Formats: sequence, C-alpha cells, structure tokens
Amino acid sequence: MENTKLPPSSPTSPTTGFSVPTAEKIDGFPRRSMRRARQRRSHSSSQFRYQSSQIELTPLPLLKDVPSAELHDLFCQKLQQCCVLFDFLDCVADLKGKEIKRAALNELVETVATTRGILIEPVYPEAIKMISVNIFRTLPPTENAEFDPEEDEPTLEAAWPHLQLVYEFFLRFVECPDFQPSVAKRYLDQKFVLQLLELFDTEDPREREYLKTILHRVYGKLLGLRAYIRKQINNIFLRFIYETEHFNGVAELLEILGSIINGFALPLKSEHKQFLVRVLIPLHTAKSLSVFHAQLAYCVVQFMEKDATVTEYIIRGLLKYWPKTCTQKEVMFLGEMEEILDVIEPTQFQRVQEQLFKQISACISSPHFQVAERALYFWNNEYILSLIEENCHIILPLVFATLYRVSKEHWNQMIVSLIYNVLKTFMEMNSTLFDDLTSSYKVEKQKELKRERERQELWGRLESDSQRRLQLMEEASLNLRNLQEHQTPRHIHTQPEPSSTKTA
Amino acid sequence: FHPAAGPSEPKMAGADGDDSLYPIAVLIDELRNEDVQLRLNSIKKLSTIALALGVERTRTELLPFLTDTIYDEDEVLLALAEQLGNFTMLVGGPEYVHCLLPPLESLATVEETVVRDKAVESLRKISQEHSPVDLEVHFEPLVKRLASGDWFTSRTSACGLFSVCYPRVSSTVKAEIRQHFRTLCSDDTPMVRRAAASKLGEFAKVLELDYVKSDIIPLFTALASDEQDSVRLLAVEACVSIATLLPQEDLETLVMPTLRQAAEDKSWRVRYMVADKFSELQKAVGPEITKNDLVPAFQNLLKDCEAEVRAAAANKVKEFCENLPEDGRETIIMTHILPCVKELVSDTNQHVKSALASVIMGLSTILGKDNTIEHLLPLFLAQLKDECPEVRLNIISNLDCVNEVIGIRQLSQSLLPAIVELAEDAKWRVRLAIIEYMPLLAGQLGVEFFDEKLNSLCMAWLVDHVYAIREAATCNLMKLVEKFGAEWAQNTIVPKVLGMANDPNYLHRMTTLFCINALSEACGQEITTKHMLPVVLKMSNDQVANVRFNVAKCLQKIGPVLDNNALQTEVKPVLEKLAADQDMDVKYFAQEAISVLALA
Repeated sequence: MENTKLPPSSPTSPTTGFSVPTAEKIDGFPRRSMRRARQRRSHSSSQFRYQSSQIELTPLPLLKDVPSAELHDLFCQKLQQCCVLFDFLDCVADLKGKEIKRAALNELVETVATTRGILIEPVYPEAIKMISVNIFRTLPPTENAEFDPEEDEPTLEAAWPHLQLVYEFFLRFVECPDFQPSVAKRYLDQKFVLQLLELFDTEDPREREYLKTILHRVYGKLLGLRAYIRKQINNIFLRFIYETEHFNGVAELLEILGSIINGFALPLKSEHKQFLVRVLIPLHTAKSLSVFHAQLAYCVVQFMEKDATVTEYIIRGLLKYWPKTCTQKEVMFLGEMEEILDVIEPTQFQRVQEQLFKQISACISSPHFQVAERALYFWNNEYILSLIEENCHIILPLVFATLYRVSKEHWNQMIVSLIYNVLKTFMEMNSTLFDDLTSSYKVEKQKELKRERERQELWGRLESDSQRRLQLMEEASLNLRNLQEHQTPRHIHTQPEPSSTKTA
Repeated sequence: FHPAAGPSEPKMAGADGDDSLYPIAVLIDELRNEDVQLRLNSIKKLSTIALALGVERTRTELLPFLTDTIYDEDEVLLALAEQLGNFTMLVGGPEYVHCLLPPLESLATVEETVVRDKAVESLRKISQEHSPVDLEVHFEPLVKRLASGDWFTSRTSACGLFSVCYPRVSSTVKAEIRQHFRTLCSDDTPMVRRAAASKLGEFAKVLELDYVKSDIIPLFTALASDEQDSVRLLAVEACVSIATLLPQEDLETLVMPTLRQAAEDKSWRVRYMVADKFSELQKAVGPEITKNDLVPAFQNLLKDCEAEVRAAAANKVKEFCENLPEDGRETIIMTHILPCVKELVSDTNQHVKSALASVIMGLSTILGKDNTIEHLLPLFLAQLKDECPEVRLNIISNLDCVNEVIGIRQLSQSLLPAIVELAEDAKWRVRLAIIEYMPLLAGQLGVEFFDEKLNSLCMAWLVDHVYAIREAATCNLMKLVEKFGAEWAQNTIVPKVLGMANDPNYLHRMTTLFCINALSEACGQEITTKHMLPVVLKMSNDQVANVRFNVAKCLQKIGPVLDNNALQTEVKPVLEKLAADQDMDVKYFAQEAISVLALA
C-alpha cells in the first residue's frame, strides 16, 4: 500500500544560484529582462467562448438563512448558477452578474468548509459539473512565442477572480471530512483527470499552485486513479522531452511525484524503475532544466534512498546526458551529482567510479571557472572524500593528468589554488602512487602523442585506400553497364544499378 | 581480438578486404574511442572503413559489431543511422541490403526523436532497394516487430514504414499491414496516435480506394475526435490527402462532417490548423463544397476569438479568394469575405493586422479596378496609417499588385507620409526595411515624384547614426542609379555625396568613399574620373587614418573603371604616398591596392 504525503519542506528554491556577470549587462544590448520590464503585465483567457446567449443572474437567498431542510437544494442551485461564465477581458461587462457569482462562490466555499453533512450524494455531480465548466478550457496561445520562464512575466489568467474561488471550492470539496471517494469516483473519472493534468500547462503560477495541491489530494484519496495519473504524467513528460519541449507545469508535477515516490512500496515495481530510467533521467536533457531542476533532483534522490540498486542507472544516465555546451546546466548536473554521492552506498560507488571520475576530470579542465570550481568542491565534501580515499588507487590515476595539466594552465587563480589543495590531499592519501604518477607523467604524455600519430596514419591509409577501391568499383560498374548495353540495349533503363559484388 | 596489433605496411589491396591489412579490432577500437568526438568522426567515416574491409567483411564483421554495440551518445547514433541509409553498395548491393536491417531496427527504437527519425528515413530509403521477395521476407517482419514493440518509441517508428512497403507486397501481407496500422491509430499512448495520425494521409495514398473508404475513413474520424487536441490537429492535415483521393460524391458523407467539426473545434490549435491548411483543403474538396461549406467556415475563422487563428486565416485571404470558382467569385468576396476583412483592418492584435497587410493588396487583381478603388483603397489607406510599423511595411512592400490595377498615384498622397514616418522610425530595423523597398517604390512612382519627395530621405539615411542604415543607404543609391541612369546621378546625387567629403565628422567623410565605391561602376568612367576621383585623391590627406586607408581601398575599387592614364598619373603617386604612411593599416591597404592594380 502506497502512502503519500508532501515532503516536509518542498524543494522550490534552486540549489545553485547563477548570476550573470555584470559585464554582460553593459554591452550595449539591452537584456531581455529589461525589455520585458517595460511591457505591461498581460492577461489572457480562453474561458469565455462557448456562451452563445448570456443568462442574467438573479441573487438567491443566502445559504445561512434557509432552514436545513432546504439547504441542499439551495446549495445545488448555487452550484448551477456558478456554471455561468463571464467575459473578464472586458472588465466592465456585466459587473452585476460577476458580483453575484463571486458572492455565490464565496458562500459555497465557506459552506463546504464548515457545514458538516453538506456533501450528500446528489451534490457530487453538480459540484463536479460546476468545477469542470469553470476550469476546463483550452489554454490560450502564449503571447510570447519565446517565453522564458526565468526571464519573462507570465501571462495571467484574466478570469482569476472567479477561477480562484472555484479552485478553492474544489480543494475544500476534496479535503472535506465528508468526502466519500467511493461516490466521487463516479464523477472524478479518467477523463476528468486527463483534463486536469492538461491545465498544468497554464502560464499562471497561481493556478498551477492550486492544481498541484488538488491533484495531490485526488491522488491520495482516489486509489483507483493512481496508476492512471502516473501514466498520464509520464505521457506529458515524454511529450515535453521528445516532442514540444514546452510545458509550464513540469516543476509542479515533479513536486507531486516526489511525494509519490516517497510512498512507493519495496521492492520497486518495474513500472517505477522504468519511469526513473526512461522519463526522469531524460528530463535532464530539457533546455529549461533550471526551472524544475530542484524538484527533479529531489525525485532522483528519493529513488536512490528507496532502493540503492538504481544508483548505477541514475549515474550512468546523467553521464550519458551530460551537457556539452551549456555550462549553466553543467553546474546543475554537478550539484545533483554531489547530492547523489552524498547518499551513495560505497559498493554502488565502486561500480560507477571510473566513468564518473572521467567526467569529473573533464569538468575540472573546463575553461568556465564555475564548472571547474563546482567539480573541485567535491573534495570538500567529507563523505565523498572518504569514498575517494578508499578507492584512491583507481581514482587518482584517472584524474592525475588533468589536475597536473590544469594546475599549470588554468587562467583563474582560484581554480589553480583549489587544484593545489586537491593534489595535496592526494599526496597525503597515497604518496607512493602520487610520486609514481608524477614521474611517469611525461612518458604517458609521449605515449599519448604517439597513439595520436598512429591513429592519423591509420586514417590516412584508410582514406587513400578507399579512394582507390571506390575508383575500382566505379570502373567495374561502368564496364558492367557497357557490357549490358551491348547485350540487351533495350532493357538498360529498367535494369537495377549494377551491384558491386560483381566487381570483386 | 588483438588491440595491440597495429596495421601492417600498406600495400595494394584487391577489391575485397585484406585481413592482415586492417584487422577489424583496430577499426573497432576507433569506433569505440573514449573520446566522443573521435568516435563521432570515425562513425561519420564509416563508409571508408567499410570500403577498406570490403563487402564481405563489412557484412560478416562490421555490421554485427554495429548491431551489438548500439548504446552510445545520441549524436553518434544519429550519424550511424544516417550512414547506414547509404550503405547498400558497401554491403554488396541490393541483394544483400537486408543485412542493414538489424542495426537500423535497433536505432528505430531508441528514445531520442532525431535518431529514430533518421533511422526511419534510412529504412524508408533502403526499402526501395529491396526486391519484392526480400521486402516480404525481411522488411515487413521488421515493421511488424516495431509495430508491436513494448515501448512507444518502436511503435512510433513503425508508423513511418507502412506506406513504403504496402504497395509492393502480396494481398495477405497488405491485410496484415492495414491491421497493424489500425491498431496503432488507437494506441494507448498519445505519442503513437500522433505518429499514426501524421502518417495517415501518406498511408491513404498507397491504399486501394475501397480500403481508403472502409479502413482509412473510420480511422480518420476517430483520430479527428481524439481526446487530445494534438492528435486531432494532425487529422486535419490528413484530411487534405484523403479528400483528394475520394470521388466528389463521397466527400459529403465521408469527409465533410469531420472537417466541419474540426473548423469549430473547441481547441484553438485545431482551428488554427484548419486555417493554416485552408487553401489545400479548398483545392481538395472542390468548388461546390467550397461555396456551400468553406465560405462560412472561413468567415468564422476570420472572426475567431483567438488572435492566433485569425492571423492564420488572414494569411490565407488572398489565396482563398483566388481559388474560388470564377462564376460568383466576385459576389462571394464582396458579400462574405470583404466585410470580415474590413473588421480585421482594425483588429486589436498587431499580428493579425500584419498578416492581413501582407496579402490584402493581392485582392485588387482579383476584384478589378472599380472595386479596388471603391472598397479596397480605403482599407489600404487605413493600414498605411496603422500604429504598428510592420503593418505599414507589409502594405508598402506589396505595392506592385495595386500598381498594376489602379496605378500607384491613387495612393501616393497617403503613401508619402507613411514612408516618411517609417523612414524616421526609432527602430533601425524598420528604417532598414523601408530602405530596401526604395528602389521598387522609385520605379513605380517615377523619377519626378522621387526627386521631389523621396530624394532628401535617401540622402538623410547616409548620415544615420546606425552603420547598417548608412550601408544600406549606400547600396540603395547604387540601385537608384541603375534605375534612373548616370545623367540623373550626376545631377542629383553625386554633388550631395561629394559634398560630404568636407564634413567635420569623419564617419560622414567615409560614407562619401563608400558611396563612390558603390556608384563608380554604375556612373561610368567619365563621371568617375572627372568628379569622383579628384575628391578621393584629395581625401588622401585626411588627418584620420581610417579615412586614409579607406581612400586606398576606394582607389583599388574604382581603379578598373579608370583609364590607364589616370591610373598612372593620378592614382599611382597618391598610393605610393599612402604606402609610406605612418599608420600601419594605411600602408597595408595602399600596398594591397598597388599590387591589385598592378601599379608597382
């Protein structure tokens, strides 16, 4: 049985800050953020579309004023009244109607939160209908095609004054002690959940916040929907990774998943492992990783803490998708790797150490000092240092040449002094090995150069040889064609290309 | 496996591989190199390796290795997938082409879309090289395996392969293929349904008409009402192909209900797709349905609540009107389309207005002179005054259509303020755009109008504070001279250009030189020698080194236009003087000019 609870402190703040050097800001080209700042906050809404004729609302009596026998009827009437939608892009249109609906929604929220016994069976379909009519809509096209969630102001939902109350009602409804999952599941079905998940793409962060909490409650209470919800989140992520690269609610969905993973039963089902390997790890390739990296790293570490045997998949996966050109992402990867190494089991560490330290040594030689610095900080982590010490005989030969070279070449003095510290640490760990490596450094360098020369010679021969073979092949096929032309001149155009085997 | 065994001495190789010359292990080491970049380089030269190995060893040693070791960086896999599509000759020609299927099959199942797409592309390519028998024995089973794969990626890839093998297999196998396609159209994952929907039209084209009706239409209807709008919108694309295949009498019952529904879909993405494909749809369904169905649908799209959809529809206004059946075309446009167009002219969204502005001028040829003057002209004029520069630019850039119908004079009164305003726009890109239309405008408005109203603008751009504008202005002058002739140049622009040679700002003095570079050829030898050369030579004494080395560059440029006498007596001494300048760059360019002009 899986249990779910939100993590004590939800991981919302990125672990690593990245500031743009001030030099970049005074280069004469205004940064996007400055350009944006001048624009007004934009509002958009696709909500108001299907209303062909506007119904005039008349205020109903207050819920608290009616005898309890009539309460449910009036409650349902109010729910029906709230199914009327208003045009919020025209802010002065039908102010009276808007106010009536707002008051009704407020009353509904209050009643469902405070009045016990309000959720009797006939209320469910009316409540779900009211929620569906209000929140389900095709999200409007984004006004800024290159919307950058880090730099640009999001487009806010214009109908929020009503929408917020509808979400509030939805939340109170699901959280209500009277809420009966066995009744609700008839109305909160798969189709409903699918539409709810699509809404996570909204640009409005307020809406995503509500959706996150509500979906989490629904996941917790409606057990029959759990597998379906997970599958659909998978599909959303896969579409995001491989098709559109655009979905605004990745961070929120990951946050929910973080607590879901926390509740996974052991041993892990293969479905869950597949989710880790084929969805969570590839999510690291996204261009907008920085927006949801904290939540993603939390999920990954959750998996490791559940079951240490997935460690190898995780680390090899991260190494496969290691950023090639984006240093900002590289710093994030290093941060995540440190979080992983912080909780890794020593036996798991040994399985991946070689590949891992090849990458780390590549990072150390990065000309971007933040990347090199972040990698060198691993040696300040006591647990990682102890792992390195235990496996010094393997790790030191992997990184030695890089450390040696970069200590002489790096432009940034801080990196150079960090490397000296690391070298000193190694020297203390295993001075014999260290001395051996120092004395053989030059020889190794020579060997490397020799190998490179040999490689080039090999390719040189291969190429000239292939040229010759290609000529032979072409001549042979030409001969063959001539031969065929003489024999069967009429069919020549229908013949397939002469095959090269005949040239042998 | 002897990694240490290096290649032996090179010697003449026969047409087939020589084992001692290139042990497979050495080559495989290259393909396995630790450094991704080196590995990638090796894979990109896979054909070289295959040639060295010869066809037989390529088949028996190289391909099995490639099939077994497909776990690498996506970039390497992408290169591999591409290479294998061109490998038929290297494995021994069409009779052995099926050897390439195993590695490509694995590549068609990987996660990364670009790799998979490339593998599918290569598979489609080599499918053509299979004999019909091989296609059934080797290729079709592969398609089936992919179509029933566990993970969505292989099923997605399968969608792209049905149409290439269907036409060349027996009817039993055809039935199986149709069955597989049906299954994928109702796949559990939206990714596969999207892939199937995007190949629906292509698959329909290779099917027999009866099966189009019995198989494709139900699939089309189902995909067009999928729960996800990303699937539904792909069905709209397929609609074009399907409608083209069916006889006219079937369209109404088989296609139109779905198309009508798509045009009113609750998702703007689907409606956008309909608008975007409108011309194709219009051609596919023919004139009758267009009149009865598409005209009202188009009106709705032009009035859609989402700006994105209106802009897509506005873009199609001209094409749609052009393709209307000729009888009744004018009536339909005047009564149904034009009212919507009028509203779009004052749309709240600038993308909509600018999309309209880029096509609206085209309506004048369709509607003729009288209608244009009465109905369209006011719209053009309104758009010429639009607050958004892009709208004004789009109108101006399409003036040629109107010119043919009513002559540009009708517009010139409004045109001028619009041009002037754009010419002084605060955004330099807008100024740049209007400069680029100047030669065209000059041609249409005629030399008199130009001299009177626009000449001063063209000269003002020469002293713009943005270099790109000054550069474009220089180039513009050259085009004007090509249009109006050397005499005009001598009377109007050359004096002004030469006047700038005395400007206190060195940037403006350099502009004179740049203009001369551009104009000398168009103006010819006489003007160049008599008027331009003296100014250039005089500038060789400029106190700013940048001006002096541009004098050297300028002389090099105009040298070919001058006669030998001028070169020897006037140019040569000046260049020699500059070649002894204190400034390094001046020296360099002077020496370069001397050697290019052969004055040494």
